[in-house]
Amino acid sequence: MNINVNGESHNVPENCSAKALVEMLNMQNDKIAMEVNREIVPRSQYDVFTLNENDQIEIVRAIGGG
Amino acid sequence: MNDSFTVAGKTYQSRLLVGTGKYKDMYQTKAAVEASGAEIVTVAIRRTNLGQNPGEANLLDTLPADKYTYLPNTAGCYNADDAVRTCRLARELLDGHNLVKLEVLGDEKTLLPNVAQTYLAAETLIKEDFDVMVYTNDDPIAAKRFEEMGCVAVMPLAAPIGSGLGIQNPYNILTIIENANVPILVDAGVGTASDAALAMELGCDGILMNTAIAGAKDPVLMASAMKKATEAGREAFLAGRIPRKRYASASSPVDGLFF
Repeated sequence: MNINVNGESHNVPENCSAKALVEMLNMQNDKIAMEVNREIVPRSQYDVFTLNENDQIEIVRAIGGG
Repeated sequence: MNDSFTVAGKTYQSRLLVGTGKYKDMYQTKAAVEASGAEIVTVAIRRTNLGQNPGEANLLDTLPADKYTYLPNTAGCYNADDAVRTCRLARELLDGHNLVKLEVLGDEKTLLPNVAQTYLAAETLIKEDFDVMVYTNDDPIAAKRFEEMGCVAVMPLAAPIGSGLGIQNPYNILTIIENANVPILVDAGVGTASDAALAMELGCDGILMNTAIAGAKDPVLMASAMKKATEAGREAFLAGRIPRKRYASASSPVDGLFF
């Protein structure tokens, strides 16, 4: 199924979990936060949170800024 | 003399807070931040790069949590909703850390704050138990309102972000300080060491800067200068300066003149 991650379209398996997505993106060791359809999914729930077709996902991190 | 300052229930020795943006690389970021002596550092919240090189240096590893207090900012937000959304993501990212720097901008050219939207964002964030350090203009009325809403610190700008113009409105900053019951930190527009010293001489509790250090020809040296300037300005404030006088007042006695 197609989902949108950080403005880009991605194809992922049906019933893909947030955890699986993070691993697919090789971010499992990074300090990140995730929003799915504008709702934050806590890190503790990545393994039980299932993604759906056309979900709009934002994954953010901390970078240098003033 | 213990001259620490406390904000959001935590006490710090350094009154200089620094941003982490605009540096050449992580090595320079780390060296400059260390030279500044800062304990609180601002960070920005942005999308991860999906094709990211896994070996790429990471800001939070460069400036570890056991040494620094992070102050995630809402830079780039032009409305309250985006600012609130950014803070919520920052808190999730930083494991429940409640301290945030709220900034809601009004204009791309001046980066001056949209104070009306900032009020709205502050109200929501405070209800959600964030500890809000709020970037605002040098309007004493706005500053007081932010304090009364429950912001843990108010941060009036010296001049536009990155402008290096230094304090444009010292009397307004002074009025804000005199009327405040929360820490007042000058944030934005500092250019060089004397600007930092001046802010502290006015009685600010602290000062926050990014471009003044990162944009200097020698950022690490400027960071050191800023550390000293912040300390010097603070000591001068505590020491109680002489008044400004219209006419001279001789430093040597007149008695005992031999001509």
